[in-house]
Amino acid sequence: MNLSNHIPILIVAIPLLAAFLVPLIGRINKKATGTLTTLALSVSLILTITLAVKILTVGPQAYVFGATSPSLTLPSGLKFPIRIMFQIDAMGIFMGLITAVVSFVGAVYSLVFMKQHSGLDKYYSLLLLLTVGMFGMEFTGDMFNFFVFLEIASIASVALISFRGIDLGEPAEAGFKYMVVSSISALMVLFAVGIFYGQYDILNFAAIASVIKYSQLDKIALGLLIPVLAMKAGAVPMHMWTPDAYSEAPAPITMMLVATSQASLYALFRVVFSLYNISLNALTVGWIIIIFGLLSMFIGVTMAIIQKDIKRLMAYHAVSQTGYMFLGVGVGLAVLANPVALNQYGITAMEGGIFHIMNHAMYKGLLFLTAGALFFRTGTKNLDKMGGLAHSMKYTTIFFIIGAAAIAGLPPFNGFASKLLIYESVYKFNPLLSIIAMVVSILTLASFVKVFHSAFLGPKLPQFKEVKEVPRSMVFAMAVLSCIIIFFGLFPDLIVKNLVHPAVMSLIEQLQYTGTVLGGM
Amino acid sequence: MKEMSRIVKTVTNFVYGFIVIFGFYIIAHGHLTPGGGFQGGAVVGSAFALLLVSYGSLNSGKFLKKDIFSLFENFGLILFIVLGFSGLGITFFYNFLANSGGWFGDAAVIGVNPGDMNTGGVIPLMNIAVGLEVLSAFGVIVLTMASGAEFTKKKERS
Repeated sequence: MNLSNHIPILIVAIPLLAAFLVPLIGRINKKATGTLTTLALSVSLILTITLAVKILTVGPQAYVFGATSPSLTLPSGLKFPIRIMFQIDAMGIFMGLITAVVSFVGAVYSLVFMKQHSGLDKYYSLLLLLTVGMFGMEFTGDMFNFFVFLEIASIASVALISFRGIDLGEPAEAGFKYMVVSSISALMVLFAVGIFYGQYDILNFAAIASVIKYSQLDKIALGLLIPVLAMKAGAVPMHMWTPDAYSEAPAPITMMLVATSQASLYALFRVVFSLYNISLNALTVGWIIIIFGLLSMFIGVTMAIIQKDIKRLMAYHAVSQTGYMFLGVGVGLAVLANPVALNQYGITAMEGGIFHIMNHAMYKGLLFLTAGALFFRTGTKNLDKMGGLAHSMKYTTIFFIIGAAAIAGLPPFNGFASKLLIYESVYKFNPLLSIIAMVVSILTLASFVKVFHSAFLGPKLPQFKEVKEVPRSMVFAMAVLSCIIIFFGLFPDLIVKNLVHPAVMSLIEQLQYTGTVLGGM
Repeated sequence: MKEMSRIVKTVTNFVYGFIVIFGFYIIAHGHLTPGGGFQGGAVVGSAFALLLVSYGSLNSGKFLKKDIFSLFENFGLILFIVLGFSGLGITFFYNFLANSGGWFGDAAVIGVNPGDMNTGGVIPLMNIAVGLEVLSAFGVIVLTMASGAEFTKKKERS
């Protein structure tokens, strides 16, 4: 048995096995649950990195469930794939790396952060299921399976958002809001899957992409898919769930929720680029996505400035940063049918947008973790009640400065690299868009200066005399993300060339995606 | 929840066993007839709901225990994923028992046949795993709903 052929499934199956083992282990030893979770997720992280190296050197991989060989996509001369399969290209593994890093860091951070809570076996079980859901959404090559993994991720997130206790009121409300949003989006996705299945009798992404005709029904399916996936990604005007869900969930879960919304964003790009590609009216759909981006950027940041709750403020910033991804990729889509413009600035804009996904997951994760660290020690999320914490929480302060500088797009941090790519390329498409993006970036800086001032600066407050630095495992979790941020900021060229560019090309070139499954067809 | 009248309880005593057996029949014949693990598990779960409603949540606590249900739920889930893993010699979820002659390993007859239980490979085993999971999950759900109802009633009274 050669395990190296089975890496794609092991990445998903090991956390799944751990998710089912955790409640059983929790009966014997409560403390072992967190250790088992961390162990499973670290194995998954190592396997993801191995798979990433393989995909970036060899090419896209397919893994067929239950077939006589993992790569047998078309058994006994069939013209279309009938089995459930994972189909992982450069874009999928790019998202997979984000999920792997974020979930591992989240598990490490939870070890101490969640210690006082009861029902930890359920917490870790759900955390692992959320990771499985995200991995599945990013790896699957089957539309119906995508719906299944979307549901797994949604249900796990709903329970985790309201984990702090349904009798507290606010977590319950946030969880309920997210439940409504995700059931609506899951139903719409299912409806769209039904439309495709009714028309073409197949469910495989690549197989549908090879026969899609952009008929009236396909337009309806696109109209169903784009808004609901944008809603799950938290784009304005469907962002009403983000501030509640992000601010009420425990800090490590908030970080993973950001990655979950990005998995939906990935699905949106996958649908638009790999499924429809040039068969759709790229200019119109591109502008729709750009407008989503503009609204998210601007409304997100203006709402963030007036917030007093630190996590709510960061949640609005998450909405605003999602706008940059929409803007970059939207510009790429708008010029998809025009090869000259695509080569001139379209690809660069998409590189900026896609690179921003990973950067955002890292620095926004770090910021949410520092907010969690402040909450862990002071017991409040209200900025007006904090102050002078830089005296006693030195590491947290440094991590916050790194995160805030990265989100505001200051060099030499990673936010600067991706934002510069977006500014430069979008300027060639439409100067106004680029100017708005820069203004939003300045407003972001302003709002984080405010947070820094009110939480960390000033004299030591008497009520926080006892406050100490957070425990070592939490510092370690934040340090991992900080190192990634600084590394990406110092060597953006390396990342863009080796990781981001292949991802963008695998989105743009539809035949590369369909060819993995359908062979020479 | 209070217990219901003697008539309801007597009828429950009569039909309870039949419902449970019918549910297990659907689980066990999942690979031959319509239904399967989820459907059969739901039928067994409805028997638990019947017991809970007719005997009241306080009395039925003697027969229905949340702790045992969640243990069985775990076993079902682990059995399912282990069956997936054991096909890993070829691919994940590979049906390694089909046509092997042993457990559930007979070759299925093509065309009209009376229905051979001993076919299907790992599919009957997976149906049993899913059935175990679903029936105990249903048990947990109805018990949680009952305790939630008690909780709100207590809150309204105070």
